Amino acid sequence: MIQSPIIETNQLVKQFGAFIAVDHISFEVATGEIFGFLGANGAGKTTAIRMLTGLLKPSGGNARVLGFDVYTQSELIKASIGYMSQRFSLYEDLTPMENIRFYGGIYGMSKQKIELRADEILGELNLTSFKDQLVKSLPLGWKQKLAFSVSILHRPALVFLDEPTGGVDPITRREFWELIMRYAHEGHTIFVTTHYLDEAEYCNRVSIMVDGKIAALGTPGDLKQSFQSVNMEEVFLRLVGNPVS
Amino acid sequence: MNAQLKTFLAFVRKEWRHIFRDRKTLLILFGMPIAQMLIFGFALSNEVKNSSIAVLDQSKDEISQQLIARLDASKYFDIVEHLQYSQQIEAAFKKGKVRLVIVFPPQFAKNLESQHEIGIQLISDASDTNVGSTLVAYAQAILNEYQKELLGRRSLPYSFKTELRMIYNPQLNASYNFVPGVMAMILLLICALMTSVTIVREKEMGNMEVLLVSPVRPVMVILSKTIPYLFLSIINIVSILLLSYFVLNVPLKGSIILLLAVGILFIITSLSLGIFISSMAKTQTVAMFVSLVGLFLPTLMFSGFLFPIDNMPLPMQIISNAVPSKWFFFIVKSIMIKGLGLSEIWRECLILLGMTIFLFFISIRKFDLRLKI
Repeated sequence: MIQSPIIETNQLVKQFGAFIAVDHISFEVATGEIFGFLGANGAGKTTAIRMLTGLLKPSGGNARVLGFDVYTQSELIKASIGYMSQRFSLYEDLTPMENIRFYGGIYGMSKQKIELRADEILGELNLTSFKDQLVKSLPLGWKQKLAFSVSILHRPALVFLDEPTGGVDPITRREFWELIMRYAHEGHTIFVTTHYLDEAEYCNRVSIMVDGKIAALGTPGDLKQSFQSVNMEEVFLRLVGNPVS
Repeated sequence: MNAQLKTFLAFVRKEWRHIFRDRKTLLILFGMPIAQMLIFGFALSNEVKNSSIAVLDQSKDEISQQLIARLDASKYFDIVEHLQYSQQIEAAFKKGKVRLVIVFPPQFAKNLESQHEIGIQLISDASDTNVGSTLVAYAQAILNEYQKELLGRRSLPYSFKTELRMIYNPQLNASYNFVPGVMAMILLLICALMTSVTIVREKEMGNMEVLLVSPVRPVMVILSKTIPYLFLSIINIVSILLLSYFVLNVPLKGSIILLLAVGILFIITSLSLGIFISSMAKTQTVAMFVSLVGLFLPTLMFSGFLFPIDNMPLPMQIISNAVPSKWFFFIVKSIMIKGLGLSEIWRECLILLGMTIFLFFISIRKFDLRLKI
């Protein structure tokens, strides 16, 4: 089954003064894919995501997200994607229910739809008994899972996750990825950045950014083979310039 | 449009929750105005009452004794020490209690009769300038009054009679000055400080990023933050006015509608300043610091509420014109105390309106620019 790519970039550039943060990157993400976007800190991942989500105007090149042009149709892009940032994005002094209602309101969802989805989410996360407690009293793992569920509240076809699992224990990370994969199985596309290279194994395809350029792109299996590595961590270290011998 | 309004209301509702769930915020919002009014109204006052003074009477005659009795009887002074030698004067000051020493020369009454001119020495502790000069003025007034009575027995060929009438504030009630000043401070504090801190908190926590990736327009995020503070500030203006009228006995001579309108205008000024600060500050601490140093201090210095602007050097006077609170202070004072109407103060109102519109657009624009590099 061939589908048109949900994200396509062509020679996309972002320059801050003399510093080139994103240096002519071109790639495509297919519909329904879990696309891992890896790179060291400062490699340009966040800048690239900001351009794709319509937060930042590119300095050059082209990009289309969900068929919308990032230069002229950023508002349309924003309305159709989900986003969860590396920093925690729920309001700590509101309850899960109030957070859900608020974010549902932002995406213009109807009241009935919000209530319906809220029940689903709280049931799925076993949070029903906590729905009227303030978010700050929940364990970090639950907050993070709830944040993800809230970011897909409006069922976006494409969701950007910017280091969603930072600071979470391995078991919760595993559960978090189960949520992600379940959403992907329903036909939605996931664009995810992470620092945990074992998580790259969950992705259908992975790109690794080095100094603003895409240094490698392929399935985890292909990458391991072509870099003669046993795991993604080794692939990463070879590319970023600290060869493991 | 309807959807936009719904989103806006969702934001405002969320903002109310933030405010009402944070005890500290609530305390600042409602405790501060009342505390400040009462502190400024009762504790801090320019008036000097029952100041400790000492006398050195080297004459001990009828007239000097009468004068001393009169000084002691006044509500301004308490004679706490009767000195014997001039060497004791400095020691009396150094003990710290005595603020003023009055010295009668030897043979006071006798020389008064024979020489027609006699000196009384007033030595004042000027380490506190205001109190020092106030005490000297009070003592002079009491002495002059006595002198007039003495003269009254004789007829002078010529005499000036000055008659003093303090209008608008006949009792020299210090609250008349403080109420408009406190109002300016509280509105600035609540609107500028609180809004800048809450917007920056959203940035710090990462919520802002999520909101910006959503279809909501940044302007809406910002404006929705200001709505609850606008309401709360109006409540605060009303409670300040009630406190000042019923507790501090400050009259409200002018139109209350005009006063409220100017109040709302100044709230919008302060909110704009808050948005402006939030567009520059990266952390809540910075926002708080900039609000205090950049807004609070100029209000204290340049609004004319603590220091008379007319006495400042010219450059400072010019700077003071750029401080919105100066105009607000002047307008509120004119309406409340003098009972002036819009026809007399429309110029000042227009200046404040201009400043508000300017600040509002600058801050919204700056906020947008910051977000869309």
